[in-house]
Amino acid sequence: MSMIEQLRPSEPRTPVSPQLALRVAIMGGVALVMFGIIFFRLWYLQVLTGEQYVQQANANNRRPLPIPAPRGQIFDRTGQPIVTSRTTNAVQITPSALPPKGAPRIALYRRLGHVLGMSPRHIQALVIKSRQTVPYAPVTIKTDAGRAALTVLAERQNEFPGVSQQPVSIRAYRFGEMAAHVFGHVGQVSEEELKLSAFRGVSQGTVVGQEGVEFYYDRYLRGKPGTLQVEVNAQGEAVPVRLPVTEPKIGYSVKLTLDLGLQREGEAALQQGIGLANANGNPADAGAFVAMDPRNGEMLALGSYPHFDPNKFARPLTEGEYEKLEGLSHRQPIPGVPAPLENRAVSGGYPTGSTFKPITAMAALEAGVLSPGEALGGGQCIHVSTEQFCNAGKANYGALDLVNALRVSSDTYFFEVGERANSHGEIIQREARRLGIGEKTGIDLPEELTGTVPDRAWRAHVAAQERNCERIKHVASCGISDGRPWSVGDNMHLAVGQGDLLTSPLQMAVAYSTLANAFTHQGEGTVVTPHLGLEIDDSQGGLVRTLGAPPKRHVRLNYSDLSLVMEGIHDATSMAGGTSADVWAGWNQAQHPVYGKTGTAERTENGAHVSDQSWYMCYIPDPTRPIVIAITIEKGGFGDQAAAPAARLMASEWFGQAKKLVHGGNKSF
Amino acid sequence: MPLSPIQAPEEVVAPPARPWRLPLDPLLTLAVLGLAICSVVTLSAATRDLVLGQPRYYVDRQGVYLFVGALLMLALSRLDYSHLRQFKRAIYALLMFSILAVLGLGHTARGSQRAISLPFFSFQASELGKVFLIVALAAFVVDRARYLREWDTTARVMVAALVPAMFVILQPDLGSGMVYVVIAMTLLFVAGTSWKQLSALIALGAVSLAVVLAGAPALGVHVLKPYQVARLTAFLHPTTNAQKEGYQQEEAKIAIGSGQKTGRGAGATQIPLGYVPESHTDFVFAAVGEQYGFVGAALVLSLYALLIWRALRILTISKDLFGSLVAGGVAAMLMFQVFVNVGMAIGIMPITGVTLPLMSYGGSSVITTLLAVGLLQSIYVQARASEALKGRVPLH
Repeated sequence: MSMIEQLRPSEPRTPVSPQLALRVAIMGGVALVMFGIIFFRLWYLQVLTGEQYVQQANANNRRPLPIPAPRGQIFDRTGQPIVTSRTTNAVQITPSALPPKGAPRIALYRRLGHVLGMSPRHIQALVIKSRQTVPYAPVTIKTDAGRAALTVLAERQNEFPGVSQQPVSIRAYRFGEMAAHVFGHVGQVSEEELKLSAFRGVSQGTVVGQEGVEFYYDRYLRGKPGTLQVEVNAQGEAVPVRLPVTEPKIGYSVKLTLDLGLQREGEAALQQGIGLANANGNPADAGAFVAMDPRNGEMLALGSYPHFDPNKFARPLTEGEYEKLEGLSHRQPIPGVPAPLENRAVSGGYPTGSTFKPITAMAALEAGVLSPGEALGGGQCIHVSTEQFCNAGKANYGALDLVNALRVSSDTYFFEVGERANSHGEIIQREARRLGIGEKTGIDLPEELTGTVPDRAWRAHVAAQERNCERIKHVASCGISDGRPWSVGDNMHLAVGQGDLLTSPLQMAVAYSTLANAFTHQGEGTVVTPHLGLEIDDSQGGLVRTLGAPPKRHVRLNYSDLSLVMEGIHDATSMAGGTSADVWAGWNQAQHPVYGKTGTAERTENGAHVSDQSWYMCYIPDPTRPIVIAITIEKGGFGDQAAAPAARLMASEWFGQAKKLVHGGNKSF
Repeated sequence: MPLSPIQAPEEVVAPPARPWRLPLDPLLTLAVLGLAICSVVTLSAATRDLVLGQPRYYVDRQGVYLFVGALLMLALSRLDYSHLRQFKRAIYALLMFSILAVLGLGHTARGSQRAISLPFFSFQASELGKVFLIVALAAFVVDRARYLREWDTTARVMVAALVPAMFVILQPDLGSGMVYVVIAMTLLFVAGTSWKQLSALIALGAVSLAVVLAGAPALGVHVLKPYQVARLTAFLHPTTNAQKEGYQQEEAKIAIGSGQKTGRGAGATQIPLGYVPESHTDFVFAAVGEQYGFVGAALVLSLYALLIWRALRILTISKDLFGSLVAGGVAAMLMFQVFVNVGMAIGIMPITGVTLPLMSYGGSSVITTLLAVGLLQSIYVQARASEALKGRVPLH
């Protein structure tokens, strides 16, 4: 019958009817076809496309867990590390090892909360949030829990299933609050931040810079996270298996232009200035300072008060702590309480008071509407239509020329200049903008103020906004504008740095730097781009790239006009009757002449008059280390009384002169 | 039995010095032993983590089932199967009784009522019913051998199979019900029912399948439960169902594919981590494919090929029509289960809940299969005995 039959002669050979033989053959044929189909299918699945299924299987059960990369360090201009990373023990929860849901788990949270001083609810919230963002990863409950707590957890491990201690790298700001606004802080990247182009390629749960230099240079500092593969079963529980690990790559270091000594002095000086203001009965509670090299915009010091300790962000902050730093309570701003997180040097928008007068003077002189020898501003007040514009304390300086008007800071003089300028178009506005006011300076920090140099078009614009707002919201007033058109009074206020002018200490420093470097180059000035970043280095200290910031533009100022303005503000610091002469008494003007201007800005908060804002701007030339200092103290009173003494302290530090806190007594704007 | 020998055998009388021979079909026994070993080896790796703290839970039980089944197989092989013919009514009654008993007092496992709990283990009546049905129907067909040409015979045989099949499908155990129908049709086919009637049967089957799957649901009559229909049709569009009915099949395909040529061995993940549900029972072939690759799968399939070939071979050497029909029924049962089960694991057949004979974990399935093999052995032994009587071959 068949070959096999002949090979197996011992088998019974029963005669089979042809019909049965055919039918059995058909069954055999069916079986053959079946096995053929199965074999071909198996060959296709396992041999031809097997690789693809291996990948699918791995994708099924492997979950990559990021290993955070240590962030790069931040150095001051001399290469001294200020922001580093340190290793500390973090208390972590491995969700898959937790006791079952419900009472046993809640009991564990309660025990753990008791040891760590946290509410069980908070722990639970952290676990749930983390499971959503980075599933399977251990959840950090607390870093820096303290030795006592860690010892308890280590000794009674069996009472805390799923709780472990892991060494983690956290950010360490060596000098605490110092330069906090420059560095900013770090934190887990948020949903909104992930959408920013700055955080492209960052995965959920990564710790990134969220303010300051940490934010601005995050892509250099953050490094490259490694990956740890975790195997999970069909229920989504992690299985203890070791899979290959990709090691993380440490971030680059950023070297800043910051001078540690000057920064430290600046912060101390600002607080002393606030102290002086308080001693004078002014409720000063906030302020900012900026010190920069007028030649290239390198920031030597930059600070804001009140400040915060960025180290606090390394342990997870509670909602309440964060609100406090934002100056909020239940998501509403607390009136009259300054927010520590706000960087007033860069984001603060203020009128500048008389520190604006050199800009007004340059504008009027260059436009030819003012001649320097002309005597103006006699009397206590200037009357324009029904309004009257007066000197501080209704002082009468008599009619003065430009240099003397700057020395004593005569408001009546500059009111007259403002009135005159208004009939010649927007002279002051143009000059202010040319020097760097009312535009972003381009500093390498986030959330920079644009500012406002008010003019006719701006007034019309806010009036239109007000009308729109009133129409949409159906209210009597939105408080954006009173709706009136531009007036000569607006220009007169602007001339003395009042009215609707809004600018930051940083913009003022840029404007003064422009004056300063034009003064040293026969009128050829540059509007510098202030910057903090000097260079990017790799973790071994090798240079990756330098971070130069080219000047924004070149400006040509009339040198003889400029010389007169500079003479005026130099006299103000060095001659009798000068607005800050008493503060600079004893300063070696021969070696380091000071070109300084006080400012006293009238401000309102929520429609009510508050204490004046104290300002001081100065430029001190030097062949190798010239400096421009800007200081403002909110509710600090007269410029000479709070800001100017702080500026002198900083200048003393910078030039190595004896530090002396001088109480200024000049009461001009 | 046909009366005239077709070929003259070369050795008419057995050499007296012939050594002892296994009183069983050696190749059939080899196939069964091989599959039993494959089952234990596969399950030992695939079920290690299924019961916490008891890595050998399933392997040990399967070993016991295989051992008990082997004893029953040996016992059956010693009996003359032809005696079973006279008990056909009793056997059929037992089949119906056990199936109805399950419906009446069986316990529910995963939504189906298939098993009766006995003191030692629960038995799935529908599994054992396969063997009962083969024997009872074969006896019935032999009785009606003279009237095979008549529609009446065909109809009676089909009804005798369809009645228990319907009750089994109601349990619901769709797979076993289909096996019953296949057994009945194969018996008719082997017995020699006319092509015309067979074609009509197949056409009828196709029409009723279409009615059950598409027609009746459209009219609001659900013969099958919706999940059964979904499972049956899921393999036609695997990707759209990856999260639902198609999930199991998709994961099984990934498991088998990822085994590649020689398997993933200790690196296997799909089965040990539980991505393929029922990987120790219905989807055991996925476990073979992932752990031992194409080589392992091909080995298992070869053993099945051997098993089925022996069944068909025994069909042809049987001493009587009853034996041929029983062997044909067993062959059909094995072929259908292997093809449907493996086909479902590799994504070319719908999910019907058919076990892989001997490989799948489970006492009912293992013992039923070994009983069926025991019948084959008996037919083989009886055939040899009858040939020996005629002096054609040595008895042993």
